[in-house]
Amino acid sequence: MKPASFDHLLPTSLHEALEMLNTHAPDARPLAGGQSLVPMMNFRLARPTVLVDLNRISDLAYISDAGDHLAIGAMTRERTIENSGLVRTATPLLYDATLHIGHLPIRSRGTIGGSLSNADPAAEYPATVLALDATLVAQSVRGERTIPAAEFFDGVMTTTLEPDEILTEIRMPKAPPGSGSALVEISRRHGDFALAGVAAQITLDGNSVTDIRLAACGVGPGPIRLAESEMILRERGLSDDALAAAGGAAAAATDPDGDVHATAAYRRKLAGVMTKRAVGKAAARARQSA
Amino acid sequence: MTAKRSITVIVNGECLTGEAEPRMLLADFLRDELRRTGTHVGCEHGVCGACTVIIDGDAVRSCLMFAVQADGAEISTIEGLATNGEMHPLQKLFSEHHALQCGFCTPGMLMTAIDLVHNSNDHSPGAIRIGMSAALCRCTGYVGIIDAVMEYARQVHGDPAVTGDETGGGRHDG
Repeated sequence: MKPASFDHLLPTSLHEALEMLNTHAPDARPLAGGQSLVPMMNFRLARPTVLVDLNRISDLAYISDAGDHLAIGAMTRERTIENSGLVRTATPLLYDATLHIGHLPIRSRGTIGGSLSNADPAAEYPATVLALDATLVAQSVRGERTIPAAEFFDGVMTTTLEPDEILTEIRMPKAPPGSGSALVEISRRHGDFALAGVAAQITLDGNSVTDIRLAACGVGPGPIRLAESEMILRERGLSDDALAAAGGAAAAATDPDGDVHATAAYRRKLAGVMTKRAVGKAAARARQSA
Repeated sequence: MTAKRSITVIVNGECLTGEAEPRMLLADFLRDELRRTGTHVGCEHGVCGACTVIIDGDAVRSCLMFAVQADGAEISTIEGLATNGEMHPLQKLFSEHHALQCGFCTPGMLMTAIDLVHNSNDHSPGAIRIGMSAALCRCTGYVGIIDAVMEYARQVHGDPAVTGDETGGGRHDG
């Protein structure tokens, strides 16, 4: 099918974009990479009457080293993130997550800000920013505010962004030295949305776990921080028993829906399995880097 | 603002101008307005890859972009591959390896493969399989396609490393 008619506004500065969004809210939608919004428009599941196209705002595409974190502009393409040596060394979990997003031609256009704002429950970036306690920066004509990742997601494809706000920057804490990370997921075919996935970032001291962060995707209305599993592993280390308990706690923390691709029970079970695999892979990488 | 606008793009080195409403997809603009019908339209939601073209160096889905967004862009399509009636090396390899039957997916396959082979660092068999999973074929079973792209990668880069990047350009842990 083809999209319904809309007005296309093409600001070249953030200031201009915010003014346009404010004028046309709530009917206007910001257009980032368009890899989710455009298909929804093609099927007329979304019919915005005004698109504020952010693709000509070059100031919103950057990856910069800001000391203890990377500051990433919301319009930075996934492909740019994938090819960034800085991302690979400073926030390897973000690199791992990016490789799981769609396919290369999707990553050519898709942006980190667009993916987060779209908040698909199965998407990789929401789980990644939740696991890392990233800070998200939103701007509107009313000013700027920072939103902790834990307060950004608000149910299926919903965020706490106001209709006149644009996500402008993502502040990703750098991985501590000697830590390891992994995002693992199961999908029917490569590039499909995950049936279940888990992002893990882990710091080890010998066999004990000094810091661990886990978040799941695809198994609830949004990304889910697996706090109970984290606590088990922090207290009990990486023994087989502890991993099994952490997997069980992860499954219990999820709230998946069943659909044509997988039943709810299967997704829940996968959440546990993915937790164990993600922790195992992240721990192996942590040992390698130690 | 929903009125038609004049859009100028460079397609395979040729500067072309056409008109598009904001809602016109780039794929439809190329085909219906510029009459470059080599690019095919399959699923219209970014899954099948038939409409893949190369814009400013990167393969993208032309069904997931509006023509108005491409104003001023440089676009490579399948029509630009052959030179003076001589097939592009990748086209020859597709022929030799029987990498097409009905041919509907082939334009997207070729543009995907060119980006993959020329712009990624990992040309191991695993990475090429993952990369080419961006485009769907309902005829061949993919073996010929993968063989053709792997041989093209060898022509361009020499023999690929026996083992590629651990992550295989996106291989998951399944």
